[in-house]
Amino acid sequence: MAAPLLEVRDLRVTFTTPRGTVRAVDSVGFTVESGRTLGIVGESGSGKSVTSLAVMGLHRGAVEVGGSVALAGQELTGLTERELGKVRGRRMAMIFQDPLSSLHPYYTVGEQIAEHFRVHFRSGRAAARRRAVDMLGEVGIPEPARRAGEYPHQFSGGMRQRAMIAMALACEPELLIADEPTTALDVTVQAQILELIARLQQERGLGVVMITHDLGVVARVAHEVLVMYGGRAVEQAPVDALFADPAHPYTRGLLDSLPRLDTADDEPLPFIPGSPPSLLLPAPGCAFAPRCPRAAERCTGERPEPAAYGDGTGRTVACHFAGVRAVEEAAR
Amino acid sequence: MIVYLARRLLALAGVLLAIAAVTFLIFYVLPADPAAAACGKTCSAERLADVRVHLGLDQPLWRQFADFLTGIFTGRTLGTGQYAVTCDFPCLGYSYESSLPVWDLLMDRLPVSASLALGAAVLWLILGLGAGVTAALRKDTATDKALMVGAVAAASLPVYFTSVMLIHGVIRIAGLLPYPTYQAFTDNPLGWASNLLLPWTALALLYAAMYARQSRGSMIEAMAEPYIRTARAKGMPERTVVVKHGLRSGMTPILTIFGIDLGGLLAGAVITESIFGLPGIGRLFYGALVNSDQPVVLGVTLLAAFFIVVANLVVDLLYAVIDPRVRY
Repeated sequence: MAAPLLEVRDLRVTFTTPRGTVRAVDSVGFTVESGRTLGIVGESGSGKSVTSLAVMGLHRGAVEVGGSVALAGQELTGLTERELGKVRGRRMAMIFQDPLSSLHPYYTVGEQIAEHFRVHFRSGRAAARRRAVDMLGEVGIPEPARRAGEYPHQFSGGMRQRAMIAMALACEPELLIADEPTTALDVTVQAQILELIARLQQERGLGVVMITHDLGVVARVAHEVLVMYGGRAVEQAPVDALFADPAHPYTRGLLDSLPRLDTADDEPLPFIPGSPPSLLLPAPGCAFAPRCPRAAERCTGERPEPAAYGDGTGRTVACHFAGVRAVEEAAR
Repeated sequence: MIVYLARRLLALAGVLLAIAAVTFLIFYVLPADPAAAACGKTCSAERLADVRVHLGLDQPLWRQFADFLTGIFTGRTLGTGQYAVTCDFPCLGYSYESSLPVWDLLMDRLPVSASLALGAAVLWLILGLGAGVTAALRKDTATDKALMVGAVAAASLPVYFTSVMLIHGVIRIAGLLPYPTYQAFTDNPLGWASNLLLPWTALALLYAAMYARQSRGSMIEAMAEPYIRTARAKGMPERTVVVKHGLRSGMTPILTIFGIDLGGLLAGAVITESIFGLPGIGRLFYGALVNSDQPVVLGVTLLAAFFIVVANLVVDLLYAVIDPRVRY
């Protein structure tokens, strides 16, 4: 069997801060296949963005990355910056949350796409420029030849994210990592951007990692979902299974916090009490235990490891009571 | 753009007018009598009265000021009858001390001060930005700390201290250079440079230290921008990321202070010129101040103000070239 497009195993990311070391990501693993989308869900500080930056090798400063990241079988951890530069932007690309600050204000959009193409394909300026215009056209920007000569501040929010996507895909990467690509956009534009990514994914057989805190986005685009909490993977499942039967109490809490059309208007929205854990002083047990409605004594003392769950669809859940609850509910 | 430029030029004229008025007023309220200064030590009461008329000091203040301004644009005739002297455009009056036209005095000395300022500027930009950018890219390392300690030390040494130390060390002890005597660039470029080397160094050290700190800060800020992360995500070589994406935005704030600093120095560095015996505008100013030579002080002040406001205008116009978001 061929190696999966992206295989991350036992990823650990540790920051050294003046107040101590912070393990932002701990023992996270997942795979992404070509043409498939993995949604990584979690709240702020859950480690989802750090995970994606570590995959791209974009972490900076006092950071230690352990574990394994392999792109189509090629191990990326331990590569020199120079070697990684040949993969980054070429075979895997990334788009970010805020397309305005992610584009350089002093260069035209066309130039920023063209320079990307030039670096990896050593093409001439004219060819790179044509490529930039083609790419802008492909992501649905009208009058691409003219818009290529404009600066990011002359674009609307949605157009900027389209330009970012054009730039990311200019070198025909196999993997696209999208870090909250629609968070800064308004709802109608959000939908357009998600559709655009889905279309380009289909046309090119892209593997996509969609990082988001928005379960609506996950439901819409993801095939598989990884739920992160406190730097760890708490649940991993095919999207339908996850929404139908959330096995981890945190996932359950997230789904319950979504507004529903079939509840009364004056009924308060459920929420998860408490606040995210400090990664500086991690508790020995389950990170979610202090906020968990099901927490028992065992949870604060013993950390649950991801274990297979359900009917062999490759689901994993890191909860001592994952199976128990399903049984309880079935009995109800 | 045209409207903006016109508005800025108008404001520029306003600033210069205000500075001229204030300087004029200061001399008016000073106890020293300009006529006595112009007349010299052996001066009879009768001669003093003549001089007073000749210089127009018998006129009301507003009249004197108006005549002064007219002179700048059209030239004017000072005094009447046999003492009448034509002062050609651009007339800033005559020095009481040397009886030479102030404009000529300024223009004679401008090359010296400009040589000092421009040479020092090249030096401090290389040193300061080099150190600042290096420190920024190696933030929190030993290199960064060493450079910044050095910058603080250099910034806290006054020019008169470094100048004297340089003269003592390089000229007296090591004997590497002769004591500087200014040579015009057009006469002897090598002599020009070797004689200015120490003054450049003394002046540049101070500015380099300030620029190192400034550029370190703005470079660190620029390199933390999300678009730098984007450039890296594209797989750009780190050198391209730093030079093309980082420096361009990191150096923009430096332009502002550079415009003001260079503008201010073009009209003379009083201490440096005095210590190294350079016949520049700074020394002219110092002499004029000591002798209450009002026309010269006024002339230097106006020239300095002119350089600073023009430098500011040039900087603002350059912003529009550097940053496409800036439009006038």
